[in-house]
Amino acid sequence: MKPAPGDAPVAAPYAATPNSVRRVMSIVMGALAPATLFGFWLYGWPAVYLWMITIAAAALGEACCLRLMARDAGPVLLDGSAVLTGWLLAMSLPPWAPWWIGVFGGFFATVLGKQVFGGLGQNLFNPAMVGRVALLISFPVQMTAWVAPLPILAAGAPGPISGLLITLKGMQPAFDAVASASLLGFAKTEMSRGVDLAQSLLHAPLQAWYGSRPGSLGETATWLIVAGGTVMIFLGTITWHIPLSMLLGIAAPAALLHVVDPARYLDAGTHLLSGGAMLGAFFIATDYVTSPNTPRGQLVFGAGCGVLTYVIRTWAGYPEGVAFAVLLMNSMTPVIDRYIKPRIYGRNRQGSALELGK
Amino acid sequence: MGLIERFFKEPRWGVHPDDHKRPAADAPLRVLPPPARVHLPLQQHVGGAARPVVLVGQKVLKGQLLAQSQGNISAPIHASVSGTVTAISEVTAPHPSGLGLAAITIESDFTDRWVDSDPVVDPFALAPEEIIRRTAAAGVVGLGGATFPAAVKFALGKRLAVRTLIVNGGECEPYLSSDDRIMRDFPEQVVDGARIIMHAIGASDALVGIEDNKPEAIAAMREAALACPEVRIRPVPARYPMGSDKQLIQTLTGKEVPADARAAEVGVLVHNVSTCAAVHRAIRLGQPLVERIVTINGAAVAAPGNVFAPLGTLVDELLACCGLTEAPARLILGGPMMGTPLLHGRVPLVKGASGILAFAAHEAAIPEAGPCIRCGSCTRACPMGLLPLEMAAHIRAGDLDGAVGYSLSDCISCGCCAYVCPSHIPLVQYFSHAKGELSARERARLRSDAGKRLAEARVVRLERDAREKAELAARRKAERAAAKARAEAALPQEETT
Repeated sequence: MKPAPGDAPVAAPYAATPNSVRRVMSIVMGALAPATLFGFWLYGWPAVYLWMITIAAAALGEACCLRLMARDAGPVLLDGSAVLTGWLLAMSLPPWAPWWIGVFGGFFATVLGKQVFGGLGQNLFNPAMVGRVALLISFPVQMTAWVAPLPILAAGAPGPISGLLITLKGMQPAFDAVASASLLGFAKTEMSRGVDLAQSLLHAPLQAWYGSRPGSLGETATWLIVAGGTVMIFLGTITWHIPLSMLLGIAAPAALLHVVDPARYLDAGTHLLSGGAMLGAFFIATDYVTSPNTPRGQLVFGAGCGVLTYVIRTWAGYPEGVAFAVLLMNSMTPVIDRYIKPRIYGRNRQGSALELGK
Repeated sequence: MGLIERFFKEPRWGVHPDDHKRPAADAPLRVLPPPARVHLPLQQHVGGAARPVVLVGQKVLKGQLLAQSQGNISAPIHASVSGTVTAISEVTAPHPSGLGLAAITIESDFTDRWVDSDPVVDPFALAPEEIIRRTAAAGVVGLGGATFPAAVKFALGKRLAVRTLIVNGGECEPYLSSDDRIMRDFPEQVVDGARIIMHAIGASDALVGIEDNKPEAIAAMREAALACPEVRIRPVPARYPMGSDKQLIQTLTGKEVPADARAAEVGVLVHNVSTCAAVHRAIRLGQPLVERIVTINGAAVAAPGNVFAPLGTLVDELLACCGLTEAPARLILGGPMMGTPLLHGRVPLVKGASGILAFAAHEAAIPEAGPCIRCGSCTRACPMGLLPLEMAAHIRAGDLDGAVGYSLSDCISCGCCAYVCPSHIPLVQYFSHAKGELSARERARLRSDAGKRLAEARVVRLERDAREKAELAARRKAERAAAKARAEAALPQEETT
């Protein structure tokens, strides 16, 4: 059934919330902005260009699909969801990655991650993570080529022009940027060489408490990500259920196993501050479309994301697991929503009417 | 209410729309200049339409019976002005369809003479049955909008031995303030009406739930209830839909009405404050329900406020009384959350009409619907704990049974989900469509069942007829054969003798 056309009366209510999809997307972008700016400062112009390219590609991918469906692309693009997808993807890329990583990823995210399912609200998997995983599997070298932070104003940092060249032509030997591993990648590589954590962490890449460390934009600005996420919780854009349960899902097994064998398992703090844990918990896993819509379902979903992240990081071939964990739990969302429903007024959890006198 | 207190006491369900109640709520009550003509529909309540007992041309006095109730659930209609019955014909119904509705038209003689009334000095000396009878005869129905005949509810409450009367002064709908006004201006009538209802149903206490956005009403009611400790005034958080029976019962008593039960079965009965005042007038003054307070509000109204008007007045006249600044872009009977759209203003004021809203273009604009982003706002807002987004998805796909599986029948159509939806999806429209479709399907099933039963009965009857005929024929044949045998047997005897 379609809403009644023209002047035909539509049922009440005749009042509407000032909230809108565009406002929701704007709040999420606003919450992401500080972390993004911090990332720009840390990694300079190449990061800015990659960010712009990824967003443009995501928006272009969406526009192309809408054109193919003979729909007006303008209003759909204005809802901001494609831009946000590109933005979140850019946050998860190596900041000095070449331009085509952004183009391929952005396109992949909105076309195959979202529009083929029917557009906004219809996709089963988180589009940004679909883009990231496609990139990671297709171009593992470029996707794991991290550099040590080189703040935008530091001596030897690329300027606007040379930064553009890095994005377009790849890493130039002229710059001081040191190819470096992210902490999780480093620990995994050392472990596979037979060096345990007690040894390897002594010469691990530099980690500053404020987030200056090799990694993606979203990996470095952990505290700003947390701050943005907290603001979203207070504004009611997201609820606390997924972030908290996901972080607990990572921290609990990490803390437990670290106590059992500190030489083999990283501690909980490192796990929480590394990789996309915070970005994933506050911005990725909380995607409305691909997460359950009841609080209890969200707790299950978040815990699943967290535990899977930890399992993949610890025992699987990849050093980072948030993207895979979120995608796996996305596929569980319909099942969670089917089995975990709110209790209806006047009924018990099974759906039968309450008994009188109880 | 402090921030911390709010955080813990505010219900988890519902929405908090801009209430737009002031300045209309603060404007003193106005009395409508007597209308020249009133149109009183025979059906202003849930149940059977009333049956006219007057003739065209007959002179009637104010309060005189025009049409009597028919059936178990029904209410009579009385004249709201004195004058002459000029027509018993159709007027536009206060319904989105704009279809006709049978009504009695009275031409006013502007004398406003009341019919002889039968006031009661001490209602508490009357038998409860007598109060119920008088309430029914006065045509009092639920004035909160449900328009269920009050006396039928009293009888139910008495039969089920209800202990607590809940007086609903929630008035959670934005824009409306007619209940607020009745509590501020006539609190003693409300309290007295509540006590009369308690007497009628045998309740021992009354809880008056009033949203905390009406401090003046709370103060006035507290003062009026000082002398009667059994009537307790209980402010409740202003949260839509607090005025919904189930939500108010839960907030005030902590009781939850089971899905298949009535409120009376958990020992409470809910009546609106305006209904209480109407009961007070019906019993103490012997006046039937012929007038009410109606809120005239909306940005297209020049002087929004509450108007005391005879039933049957046209909406146009009510709007003219408050003045219009522009042609309304949308006319609504009731509140914006659950009200009924009116096609035009030539619709009579009915018993259940608590407000008439004339929205200016900027208020009437509803943003275009977009796709569902599964944000879950509707789920958090639903006071019944339903999953509106899932129900709508099933209905959209034509899977009504799927929607029933998500307990569509528990939906109270409060509109929280559609209000709060960031994609502005008209969710209630989906649900109303599905409920209508399901009830049509149910009627068709009942009809086909009845047809089938009749057809089966016919086959059985025909078989029985055929069998009885055959048996009869066989019996006759046997009788004939027996007679013949007897005759043959008799003959040789004769021959022998």
